[in-house]
Amino acid sequence: MIELAGFSSVLVQFATFAGIFALLALGLNLQWGMGGLFNIGIAGFFAVGAYASAILTGAANPSHLGGFAMPFILGALAAMSVSGLIALAIGLITLRLRADYLAIATIGIAEILRLFLKNEAWLTNGVRGIAGIAKPHAAFLGPGWATLVFFAIVLVSVLLVYLGLERARRSPWGRVLRAVRENEETAAASGKNTVRFRLEAFVLGSMIMGYGGALYAHFFGFISPEAFEPELTTFLVWIMLIAGGSGNNRGAILGAVAIWLVWSGTEVLTNRLPPELVTQAGAIRLLLIGALLQVILLLRPEGLLKERPPPAPLPPKGVPPAPLPPKGVPPKGVPPKGVPPRGEARPPRGPAPPPSSRA
Amino acid sequence: MTEVLQLLIYGIVLGSIITLGAVGLSLIYGIVRFANFAHGDMMTAGAYFAFFFVVTLELPMFVGFPLAMAGGALLAVALDRVLFRRLRRTSPVVLLISSFGVALMLRAAIQLVWGPSVQVYEAGIEFPIRFLGLGIKPDQLHILGGSVVIVVALHLFLQRSRTGKAMRAMSDNVALARVSGIDTERVILWTWVIGAALTAAAGVFLAIDTQLHPVMGWRLLLPVFAAAILGGIGKPYGALAGGMVIGIAQEMSTLVISPGYKPAIAFAIMVVMLILRPAGLLGARR
Repeated sequence: MIELAGFSSVLVQFATFAGIFALLALGLNLQWGMGGLFNIGIAGFFAVGAYASAILTGAANPSHLGGFAMPFILGALAAMSVSGLIALAIGLITLRLRADYLAIATIGIAEILRLFLKNEAWLTNGVRGIAGIAKPHAAFLGPGWATLVFFAIVLVSVLLVYLGLERARRSPWGRVLRAVRENEETAAASGKNTVRFRLEAFVLGSMIMGYGGALYAHFFGFISPEAFEPELTTFLVWIMLIAGGSGNNRGAILGAVAIWLVWSGTEVLTNRLPPELVTQAGAIRLLLIGALLQVILLLRPEGLLKERPPPAPLPPKGVPPAPLPPKGVPPKGVPPKGVPPRGEARPPRGPAPPPSSRA
Repeated sequence: MTEVLQLLIYGIVLGSIITLGAVGLSLIYGIVRFANFAHGDMMTAGAYFAFFFVVTLELPMFVGFPLAMAGGALLAVALDRVLFRRLRRTSPVVLLISSFGVALMLRAAIQLVWGPSVQVYEAGIEFPIRFLGLGIKPDQLHILGGSVVIVVALHLFLQRSRTGKAMRAMSDNVALARVSGIDTERVILWTWVIGAALTAAAGVFLAIDTQLHPVMGWRLLLPVFAAAILGGIGKPYGALAGGMVIGIAQEMSTLVISPGYKPAIAFAIMVVMLILRPAGLLGARR
């Protein structure tokens, strides 16, 4: 595919990576932006997803488990299931506790997953990693078209996850989730099982991250326990969400693209460094992007796009009304004039959900 | 049996390093009120400060060690002035994100200055002192002795000095401390100084026991957090016990499981603790 070479192929590669990061940022937005759940083990779920899909779709290999040769879609489903199950186990233990305990537990799980992937060579080939992970239908399509088709898969995935999360955000479920984040006692007092809502958000967000991992594995073609640079991946996704605007799904996507642009841009910069500094390029880039995060936190903590709480839905004609209408208001039709819309009439807020008052 | 005792000795050495880190973390958590994810990398910074004084300036260790502690304290105060103090006013959870960012930035800065490879204070092999079939290196004795001195000094400081009492008061109840006329900003500053100096000491000890590497502190962050949680986070005396339990358990675990999973032990203990007694070993339920 000579016509693909050069600029357009760089562009497709950039956009595919940005799309994968957008998925991760969307997953984190569900957990942190909407649910107020502090996950700094993103790389763990990402890696698990990548390995699950790589092992299930790969050809037989004497040095590690493999040979299932399943289609990509099954690999992706497995990636989501495994990361979801791990999130379920972690969530069941820590979601009842304070926000910072969850954060520490997610560091722990990411670290243990890294150790597991490194030590269990029969399964993962250990530190040597798994190479030659093919894109879906790569043999049939040829390398050029496979890249393009893969880019389309990523785009469609981002779109579907975005639409799904937007729907969830506006749904009663999303509104309860935000209520739990804002004030858990009040939500509990209105009869909501708050732990369950948090658990659902945590598991669902982690499944999206696992799917992102599967996409990464197939796009990059090689994975190893260290190739992810676990803290770097986690950190980048956090900056993307904070910069884009936590709580805002469009913000998550915008942040992912913008920060991926900045991050790739710093690589262009560090490539011009004198040769004795080139080996340190990674550290310089990390310092720059870290400084960017601190500046955003200090100057514009709400990010590029603020969170906009959806208005309470007005029941459309012929559809069952919104839950719990106030007494005296007829269950169908538009509320009488002069009555302000119920619920959620709240000024926009900053990025960070306030600390939960659980203690 | 000898093997078990030998591992116990190693566990106590590791435990005293973890303890110093956990006490600092716990103090900062109790008074500044956030989980400082940069704690591990502040430990690394302390170790490299000592490297600067001992290897680059060729000062003796007993001079370089307190200087490294002072350097660590200065670094923490600077971070507090530039970042954490401003962010404290907005939302405490923002501090978590910021400190996670600071952790990676510190590591990157250390790697830029001192390079990504492994280093030591003193080249050469040290022969352990043998006693009843057990061995302990002179360096490890120094670590144990140094930790005991530091912990006793901290205890005296917290119990006897005005600032120490103010710190304990603030850890118990910030509002009450403030109305009784305690300058909370000043106490927070002191907390950073002491917490970071302890952490820097832990970093130097870790580097003496093993070697210097830019990720050495991050790798110890989980055990340090586990120790602090085990002791009831925010309670420095609990962290003492927690650090020893985690250190000994990590070394002993090699009898049963593959050494590759040693860091996972701290996590396992922490998870069990979170299920059974989230308030910590010494903590009452609040």
